[in-house]
Amino acid sequence: MYEKDGEKYFVVDGHVHFWDASPENWVKGQEKYAKGWIECFHAYQGLGPAETHWTIEKFQKYSEEDFVSDVFDAGYVDVGIFNPTYLKEWYTEGFNTTERNARLAEKHPDRLIVNGRWDPREGEAGLRRLEEDARRYNLKGVKLYTAEWRDGSRGWSLKDPEAAPFLEKCLELGIVNVHVHKGPTIWPLDKDAFDVRDVDYAATTYPELNFIVEHVGLPRIEDFCFMATQEPNVYAGLAVAIGGLMHARPRFFSKVMGELLFWVGEDKLLFGSDYAIWEPKWQVEGFVDWNYPDEEYSDYPAVTTASKKKMLGLNAARLYGIEVPRELRLPDEAGTPAARDDAQLVEGAA
Amino acid sequence: MTVRARVLDALGTVYDPELDEPITALEFVSSCDVSAEGDVEVRLRLPTSQCAPNFAFLMAADARDAVRRLPEVREVTVMLEDHCTDDEINAAVSRGQAFAQAFPGETEGELDALRRLFQRKALVARQSRCCEALLAAGATPEEVTARRVADLPDDDAGARRCLELRDQLGISREDDAAAFVLPDGAPIAAADLRHWLRIARLVRTSLESNGGMCRSLLRVRYDLPDTEEIAA
Repeated sequence: MYEKDGEKYFVVDGHVHFWDASPENWVKGQEKYAKGWIECFHAYQGLGPAETHWTIEKFQKYSEEDFVSDVFDAGYVDVGIFNPTYLKEWYTEGFNTTERNARLAEKHPDRLIVNGRWDPREGEAGLRRLEEDARRYNLKGVKLYTAEWRDGSRGWSLKDPEAAPFLEKCLELGIVNVHVHKGPTIWPLDKDAFDVRDVDYAATTYPELNFIVEHVGLPRIEDFCFMATQEPNVYAGLAVAIGGLMHARPRFFSKVMGELLFWVGEDKLLFGSDYAIWEPKWQVEGFVDWNYPDEEYSDYPAVTTASKKKMLGLNAARLYGIEVPRELRLPDEAGTPAARDDAQLVEGAA
Repeated sequence: MTVRARVLDALGTVYDPELDEPITALEFVSSCDVSAEGDVEVRLRLPTSQCAPNFAFLMAADARDAVRRLPEVREVTVMLEDHCTDDEINAAVSRGQAFAQAFPGETEGELDALRRLFQRKALVARQSRCCEALLAAGATPEEVTARRVADLPDDDAGARRCLELRDQLGISREDDAAAFVLPDGAPIAAADLRHWLRIARLVRTSLESNGGMCRSLLRVRYDLPDTEEIAA
């Protein structure tokens, strides 16, 4: 929980990681990619305030204590959502797997949500594994990484017929939140690798599922926004938009937020720090302090304390069914359970 | 003007297709050496090792083509540095090969469609800046959309870039053609201007914020001095 100027914010960090990118975990022969990947992430950290930068050694592999301290103690995060990234082609034990995340989450069961993953290229075995993971980790969400390399294939699409049984399985298992990573990728080589049209297709076909496009489709926010306006079940994860722009390019950040608020709306934007790329502390503080810098931005929707409360936590809490303490809800939200309580009181008295 | 200066000028005509900015302005040219005999070696660097290979290839190949057009140069070598596919790209570019030959079996076609997609986005973004400037100066939507190509200011780099993009997209740039057009060349109607600008502003924000992030990452990666935010 973060408190500023008498206002209390319930914080759900929709995008945290607990990775191991240390050289001991690099696949032999793939060192160039394993090293390049984590160095690329590390460069992104450089877009945050200087005092929050880590050495590459710490960045490659940080401890549980670092996580707890940075995310819960200093970072104001009430609940964190682990979104895994396997990348087993490059990292022997995987980069940031559900298993690894779950070992940490077991120690903080009320504070961490573990998301699973699937890959349509795994076929029947993948479906069975998704069932097992759903049972073991009580999955409410999955993170899909359509650009993940696998056996010479450099990626897949939500439109692939092979993906349909997995989306059906999500419905069946109550895995209602499908996070889709659209970000730096290699594949497909001859097309634009950030294409979000496959999310459009899946969101239309599966209206009962929520599709959360991570990184707001950056660097293709325009394609994402045009799609999101048409799909009521498409949400935007703000990870990287905040971490990558708010400090380094504040005027661009305001424009991006203005566009997202205009096209997508404050009810469908979800805070995410992308820890350990960036620590949540400065992002939460900066986001609560943020507003448009001047009248050049007057065309964009106003942003209020209530908007920020939604984006920082209440929207994600709704998608994941996270119980929000009453004093941290918005007044109209707080009204619903209170009314139910009142009804019970009346019934109890009757 | 030295040969090196002319080579740098030529490199200034090479655009990052995704950001619609010259690779020189983006500081993607890390070195440019010209020998006494006229052999040229250009080195290119990008914000991350994982930048999309398709755009990386286009910039390297375009840079080689642009410099080879100069009559005074002899051998031209363009080397992409510190990229996850630099070996593949450098090998293909040095032989003047196509993209598909750099990545055999991993691509279904060439990059023309990708390039055109981003030229269309760039044209939308560039035109919207011109239109907003006119509206801010007091023009009505009818006056803005009535402008012809001949009315575009000669001294405005953005307007000039619009005309280059029209050439590349095969859209007429005759003096009496509409100054502001949709990507298929049809004029923008006065009644549609405000709505078109709303969409164009989003496209522009995307291009500009992407460019801002690329500049920041390049600065971090190569320890360059900070640059002003542009156009925001």
